[in-house]
Amino acid sequence: MTTCLQTYSYYPGCSQMATNKAYDVSTRNVARVLGLELVELEDWNCCGATAYFAIREERALVLSARNLALAEKTGHDLVTPCSGCYVALRKATKYMTDNPELHAEIERALAAGGMTYSGPVRVRHVLDLVLNDAGEEAIRQHVRRPLAGLRVACYYGCQVSRPFGEIDSEEFPERIDRLVEWLGAEPVPFPLKAKCCGGLMMTTQPDIGRKLTGKLLSSAKTNGADCIITCCPLCQMNLEAYQREVSDAMQCDCHIPVLYFTQLMGAAFGMSSEELALQDSLTPVKPLLEGKVASV
Amino acid sequence: MNAVATKELCEVFLQNICAIPNGKKIRECIQCGTCSASCPTSAAMEYSPREIIAALRAHMLDRVLKSNTVWLCSSCYSCTVRCPAGIPFTDVMYELKRLGVKHRLYPKGTTNAVMAQAFVESVDTHGRNHEPELLRKYYLRTNPLRFLSQIPLGLRLLMRRRIRLRPHNIKGGQNLRKMMAAIEENNTQ
Repeated sequence: MTTCLQTYSYYPGCSQMATNKAYDVSTRNVARVLGLELVELEDWNCCGATAYFAIREERALVLSARNLALAEKTGHDLVTPCSGCYVALRKATKYMTDNPELHAEIERALAAGGMTYSGPVRVRHVLDLVLNDAGEEAIRQHVRRPLAGLRVACYYGCQVSRPFGEIDSEEFPERIDRLVEWLGAEPVPFPLKAKCCGGLMMTTQPDIGRKLTGKLLSSAKTNGADCIITCCPLCQMNLEAYQREVSDAMQCDCHIPVLYFTQLMGAAFGMSSEELALQDSLTPVKPLLEGKVASV
Repeated sequence: MNAVATKELCEVFLQNICAIPNGKKIRECIQCGTCSASCPTSAAMEYSPREIIAALRAHMLDRVLKSNTVWLCSSCYSCTVRCPAGIPFTDVMYELKRLGVKHRLYPKGTTNAVMAQAFVESVDTHGRNHEPELLRKYYLRTNPLRFLSQIPLGLRLLMRRRIRLRPHNIKGGQNLRKMMAAIEENNTQ
């Protein structure tokens, strides 16, 4: 087992508690193998995500600030696998750093609940840790079952690279493509890799949501991908759960396995299906990975 | 809404936007339309992102708020990273949503507004979002019949234990409510 490189405060985010728990399970297991110690932030709350921030700005900032205050006490970077939480938490740190008056207001609210945040706390995405803190050499060293011949469409979505762009290019990200190569698989050209999946619109405006998601699924298929990988729970849900409806709306076959990037990493590291919670998937990812591994 | 009140609406909006990081850049819009061309949903909007700033300058923001426009923003930040004037346009959309909710200036049947409200309630109650509760509230308030169409997916998720039936309440819920009360008090002063 690898010795620990560093310890982080881990913020799973609400959707990793149930709907997307496979992302949480695979993240924890892959991090453990890479020696990245994730210690779950004690009693974390909602980040004040897009839907909350849309109608209640200051309350949303208080929600984020409570998490930041909890993380500050631990002294570690705050790490999340969810792109939505990533943006919300980073936005709160930026707003408070740029506007001392706002910070003072939020600080007064935190004090009413017996907490304090001086900041800034560094907020990071799990993808950032994997790429930068673990890095190419360590990842290549852990590959036990190279995913030779597996063609992967790397889907970045929006909020992991926009608006902050710290991990990768805002327009043409490519670092997940490199990661896929380290695992022995082949990234396919995927021009829509940073286009929007529609987010919550799959529920609130299904006609628009299906079109946006449909373009992604059909583009991945047209480019010869065997599967799509994601780094955001909402993107994952949109891409994997509505393929039949999307196929009907687009009048083309949009069925394709969808995995979290952490599941693909774990598969290459030789982890079991259970360690990666592959049984949770709505698309046939187990046969896909078993087939590839068996053929190696 | 009469002309004077609309002007005030625009002024309040400008004031709020100028308070956010880079918000002041909204005055530097050159009407190039990069935002509209980058937006994945602008084709379905009654007013495109570029037209929103034109409407602001013409003191006609109320028309924008009464349209479907701002509620079709999915917060993808394409406009924000591409704007040559550096306007954080996604945050402009957020501010317009809040203004619309505050003044009740959004079209009837704006499903995204109902979703946002239900989300806020779920988080305020538990400290975290409880998805089954969120969706129950959302469909009851919009179209209960469409809830039925979600049952097959619900069952597939349930079989994979991807639905948590009981919500998780954070331990610090009471303190969080005190924080929320404090920030509200601050706002009303």
